[in-house]
Amino acid sequence: MNMSIGRKIILTTLLLSTALVLIGIIAIAAGSAGMHFREALAILAGPGEPDSATATILWQIRLPRVILAAFVGGTLALGGLVFQALLRNPLAEPYILGISGGSAIGAILAMLLGLSYFPGVTFFSFTGSLLVLAFVTTLAGTTMGNTMLSRDSLLLGGVMMNAFCAAVIMFLISMTRSFQVQHILYWLMGDLTTMQKGQLPILLLVLPCFVVIFILARPMNLLLLGRETAAAMGINVKKIVLLLLVITSLMVSVIVSLSGLIGFVGLVIPHIFRLLLGPDHRLLVPACLLGGASYLILCDLMARVLPSSGELPVGIITSMIGAPLFIVLLLRNRT
Amino acid sequence: MRDKLILSNVSLSVAAGEFFVIIGPNGAGKTSLLKVLSGLQKAHQGSVAIKDKDISKYRRRNLSQIMAIVPQQIELGFPFTVAETVIMGRTPHLGILGMEGENDFHLAEEAMKFTDVVHLADRKLHQLSGGELQRVIIARAICQQPEIILLDEPTTALDPSHQLKIMDLMEKFRREHGTTIVMVSHDLNLASMYGDRLLLLKEGRVVKTGEPKKVLNKELLEQSYGCRIQVDVSPLGGVARVTPIPDKFLHVEE
Repeated sequence: MNMSIGRKIILTTLLLSTALVLIGIIAIAAGSAGMHFREALAILAGPGEPDSATATILWQIRLPRVILAAFVGGTLALGGLVFQALLRNPLAEPYILGISGGSAIGAILAMLLGLSYFPGVTFFSFTGSLLVLAFVTTLAGTTMGNTMLSRDSLLLGGVMMNAFCAAVIMFLISMTRSFQVQHILYWLMGDLTTMQKGQLPILLLVLPCFVVIFILARPMNLLLLGRETAAAMGINVKKIVLLLLVITSLMVSVIVSLSGLIGFVGLVIPHIFRLLLGPDHRLLVPACLLGGASYLILCDLMARVLPSSGELPVGIITSMIGAPLFIVLLLRNRT
Repeated sequence: MRDKLILSNVSLSVAAGEFFVIIGPNGAGKTSLLKVLSGLQKAHQGSVAIKDKDISKYRRRNLSQIMAIVPQQIELGFPFTVAETVIMGRTPHLGILGMEGENDFHLAEEAMKFTDVVHLADRKLHQLSGGELQRVIIARAICQQPEIILLDEPTTALDPSHQLKIMDLMEKFRREHGTTIVMVSHDLNLASMYGDRLLLLKEGRVVKTGEPKKVLNKELLEQSYGCRIQVDVSPLGGVARVTPIPDKFLHVEE
């Protein structure tokens, strides 16, 4: 009440953007290529000495990867936030609901068909996510607004959908004799290494989604109070819910088709920021976007630096952090 | 529920500034009627006009600028504070980004003062008692600056003192602002004391509409509620007083 919401948004955005930039710089500079952290910072700071090998690693490999990590983290965190608001369930998240799984099936199918990355794989991935979304939400009967019932059936439906998708994915992979299998398997575990500079423009697709979601932040606040209450306050509930679902699935599937299955980011980040900032989505949307980006850059950094040789898929790190937290939240919600 | 006709042949008109109470047994269709009146549910047949304009011709936002709804229950899953909840009532009046201005905060403050919840402003909704929560929801409705307020059993879960507090608030607001109030209630005595006119609904049909004394008629009530009922004149202002008669008193009366 003391500070106007506009000021709070600006302050939060500034703080988190600064953090994001700092973390980004550290992530670009840190790593295994045998160069010193300081040396790397010097290269980043300006065109000091054009030491070509190091500079190439920094600009051509690490920078795109950090950018990808930022987009993936931001999108998944935001996706989780939107699903939690729409389904009025703090445990909802694209990965847990099987949305990511559905879009992974679509992406793999397209890869096996040999379709081009864009629009082929992205489109298949989007279709897959929409199908799962339609199935899970129908199953949970969310339109009825019966929260006690839909809360559990939604999660159960999602978990089952996720298991089913995993089975389909394994089926597809085991039927394949193609040289692609190795690549697909690695991609599935949630992998940011495959990013090439040429794929960066695809990421721009998600930017308009961010804008729309920010504009709809206030209606999302009202949706938390129930659909009828939101309607009674002038929200066109059907239109807004549909728009949000489609947009969120779109951006999540773009991300999944680029980076594979990276779970729990959409759970961890919104929860942290809800604890810090409260439930107002006008604050949470920018916070989750920027915070999610920083979080995944950090996770990816861990995935690169922790193993003594080689590196881990980042999905393993996020799941190792996220799954225990999910259980804690589940227990706390029960009491 | 799908194919059952919940309301049929219901016709009513509510005058501006009137306190109108819809009564009737469980399952009579009171809440459904309120939803049709609010435009949240569409009737398969028939129409609702608000200020001489058909409700389907309104955009939801414009409708919400003139009509507020106090629902039977609200969701408490996410920890909004009282102040945040009340100012949500400004939604239909805000621009596309939904940022509140000074005037909006002022109106929210006034609404909280009116329903006596200012001291709770920073509390979370789920920390409130039933009576406090209901006053917050009413503050939100008031903050919407509506010409019409629809209430669905606002006093059902409250003790007598809180029931009166809520009803007095509504009556006071109506007198000060000329707001039309349409309320669904199970409490026939509150309906009798506060209502200008009542509508008695049974199995989706109107049994009777009119002044409390005409509607709160022994035969009509017994026939609608299916129990023995005594109606007499209350010493308070001569309004009708309704007492359902338990079995153990039946032989005494006869």
